[in-house]
Amino acid sequence: MDYLLTEEQKMIKDLAHKIAEEKIRPVAAKYDISEEYPWEIIKVLAGADMFGLFIPEEYGGMSVNVLNLCLATEELARACGGIAVCYAASALGTFPIVLFGSDEQKKKYLPDLAKGKKVAAFAVTEPEAGSDASAIKTTAKKEGNYYVLNGLKHFITNGGDAETYVIIAMTDKSKGARGASAFIVEKGTPGFTFGKKEDKFGIRASSTRELIFTDCKIPKENLIAREGMGFIVTMKTFDMSRPGVAAQALGIAQGALELAVKYVRERQQFGKAISSFQGVQWMIADMATEIEAARGLVYSTARMVDAGIKDVGKESAMAKMFASDVAMKVTVDALQLFGGYGYMKDYPIEKYVRDAKITQIYEGTNQIQRNIIALEIIKGMAK
Amino acid sequence: MNIIVCIKQVPETTDVRINPETNTLIREGVKSIVNPFDMYAIEEGVRLKEKFGGKVTVITMGPPQAEACLREAMSMGIDEGILLCDRAFAGSDTWATSYTLAGAIRKIGQFDLIICGKQASDGDTAQVGPGISTHLDIPQVTYVKKIEEAKNNVMRVERMMEEGFEVIEVPLPALLTVVKEINEPRLPSLKGIMRAKSAKITIWTQKELNLDGQQIGLNGSPTQVIKIFTPPQRKGGEMLTGEPGDIAEKLVNLLKNEVH
Repeated sequence: MDYLLTEEQKMIKDLAHKIAEEKIRPVAAKYDISEEYPWEIIKVLAGADMFGLFIPEEYGGMSVNVLNLCLATEELARACGGIAVCYAASALGTFPIVLFGSDEQKKKYLPDLAKGKKVAAFAVTEPEAGSDASAIKTTAKKEGNYYVLNGLKHFITNGGDAETYVIIAMTDKSKGARGASAFIVEKGTPGFTFGKKEDKFGIRASSTRELIFTDCKIPKENLIAREGMGFIVTMKTFDMSRPGVAAQALGIAQGALELAVKYVRERQQFGKAISSFQGVQWMIADMATEIEAARGLVYSTARMVDAGIKDVGKESAMAKMFASDVAMKVTVDALQLFGGYGYMKDYPIEKYVRDAKITQIYEGTNQIQRNIIALEIIKGMAK
Repeated sequence: MNIIVCIKQVPETTDVRINPETNTLIREGVKSIVNPFDMYAIEEGVRLKEKFGGKVTVITMGPPQAEACLREAMSMGIDEGILLCDRAFAGSDTWATSYTLAGAIRKIGQFDLIICGKQASDGDTAQVGPGISTHLDIPQVTYVKKIEEAKNNVMRVERMMEEGFEVIEVPLPALLTVVKEINEPRLPSLKGIMRAKSAKITIWTQKELNLDGQQIGLNGSPTQVIKIFTPPQRKGGEMLTGEPGDIAEKLVNLLKNEVH
């Protein structure tokens, strides 16, 4: 399949591929076991300018391009879904500043993020506010030149390891979703601490922690856009980042397929390689075709975002939902092709199944994505 | 510190195929890469520049497509690339190659250090680096695994031996060939690749270098490859079993009758 990529896009894909094969694949199992944050890989990605792919040139980046980011994320996820999400979550935490930040905020935060000196995180989720973002309880109360934050965020990717956080908190609870605002909070701010680090099923190289705010005072300049814009900041950020989650799922699926094909060509039963059996061949054909279909949807959506098309909510949701469902199915089938060996941790394939699962859940469960898609279609018919 | 790194483009395979008629490498259908040992030379050149300032220039001799390996070196932080490209250079052996490279280095003029990989992964001769230093009449240290210090125009380096290493002080300018223990080559950056892609590569032909026509290319190559072959695999040994006395007897008989 030719994806009609530009020279620059091919270059990004090739370099990300090289990093994945030479630097990530050899350590993927190690981080899956230790659950340490993969700083050595973050440094490699930083040195290769990969963190510049979601930041404008004037702030030290390579320009913002969602397809470029997807190509990089996909290649990294082929080798390790967990390490890929450490990278992609920094993009997620950076997008609110790129999209809605003031020039001062951009100058202050983006150059270090572009160089990968610091990583970012985005914090919306709370114990009582998952899919229902309007149920957020964390508050931000204005006091003179400061906002005072109180509350708890949880399941925050890069939590504890990131330096720059974008936090969604309620500035006016009475207004519901329209009373939410977005703030930049730096690690080390008094009153901002970290709670428990989660022990996860998959993507174990990435850190997932609670963020605790106890009378945490931040300068009023750290408000992104205006009060009440928090929900819009969140929605627009997710529109940009969902293709990235889809690309992560795509990379996990592609990586699993490649491992499975390699295995069935080597594995001998009944005197021949199991790749010679039609039952195995049909599974491979289905897996590869589903991956290509997902890739088409993901790249098309990313190209729409890059073209500046305003309403990409439905397409973003479709790409994320479809690619992650494909990733789940393909990784389970890939493990099946490994037979009993696939179930053993000595073989790399079971990790792909675990890493794939989260892509159906985070940044909006696939059920929520279906809500978005269906509502858009029904609304469109009613016009 | 002004540094020159000499590199070679080689086929990306350890399984080099030979044309039995011409005794030359079959390059068709094999992707070309920078000789892996030269990657350490490039990295060391860039590291020295980062430490001491100055400029690093990379040179290669080869066909027009060898430009790609210069650009790869430049994506890792090398400042300038020079391609020595002329039909007159074709068919060079290690003598003619080192003579031509030395000629180009003379044309560059001022330099403090030349770095080469210890050998190329295709020919495996390890002769071109030492050849360059001989043509230029400067000191050489081969198999360098560490540069300990460089000051007052003297460099102290560690030279890898089969067991242990030598510490050698060498006055600059000098030529080093480096082994893989010296560093871990960096991956290029996106900005580096972009810069390298649009960078101008200087091309020098025989016209610019004005070398002795009797010492370049096939005519200037005293080496002729008569035959290239893979040596036959060693056969497995024979195990002698039994009582020590019997074994000794068998062994003596074998040595007497079978070994010439």
